[in-house]
Amino acid sequence: MRTRKALAVAGAAIGSAAGAVLLRRRAARSRDRIELYFEDGSLVTLAQGAPEAEPLLFHARELLAATR
Amino acid sequence: MSVSVKRVSQAADALAHLTEISTQIQAAVVLDREGSVQAATVDDERAGRIASSALGLFRQADAQREQQLVQLEAALAGGSVFVVRDEERLIAATTGPGPTAGLVFYDLKSALRSLAAAPAKPKPRRAPAKRAASTRKKKDADA
Repeated sequence: MRTRKALAVAGAAIGSAAGAVLLRRRAARSRDRIELYFEDGSLVTLAQGAPEAEPLLFHARELLAATR
Repeated sequence: MSVSVKRVSQAADALAHLTEISTQIQAAVVLDREGSVQAATVDDERAGRIASSALGLFRQADAQREQQLVQLEAALAGGSVFVVRDEERLIAATTGPGPTAGLVFYDLKSALRSLAAAPAKPKPRRAPAKRAASTRKKKDADA
């Protein structure tokens, strides 16, 4: 009986942790972001909300709107 | 007009090939480093707006670091925007949401490479060399 209870608690804990990770990933994906690739091979990712990202995302949104 | 007809036609060919091989790309514009449109898959008015936004985006992004920017991807809710540059020009393209970025970059770079490889210099002329050789032979025969 105790083992069953412990397994159920562990299962619920693992399930909620996995759900939280999935939700976090989905939320991160839904945020606008911009990836900059430089000549030396470095990559800079600027996500929505970052002050440097906003003017770039503005241009990108304008560009995408122009195609519609 | 600063852009030659031949170059514009080469850019149009490159874009036609690009949209043929890449199903992800919805619109694409080739522009020079000053923002003049060389070819586009959309009408002139849209192409001008895309070129202007792409140039503004690229210049502003390039100013972020000391290193030179070579390409960028903006992933937005409604789709993605890609801009890739080479020495002479930029190519800007849009896709739907969640594209395979690596493939799109590869296709855009291939299009730029094909434009860069397009013959700007006249082909070497062989005919005069042959004539010279035949003249020499004739001279040898005469001697």
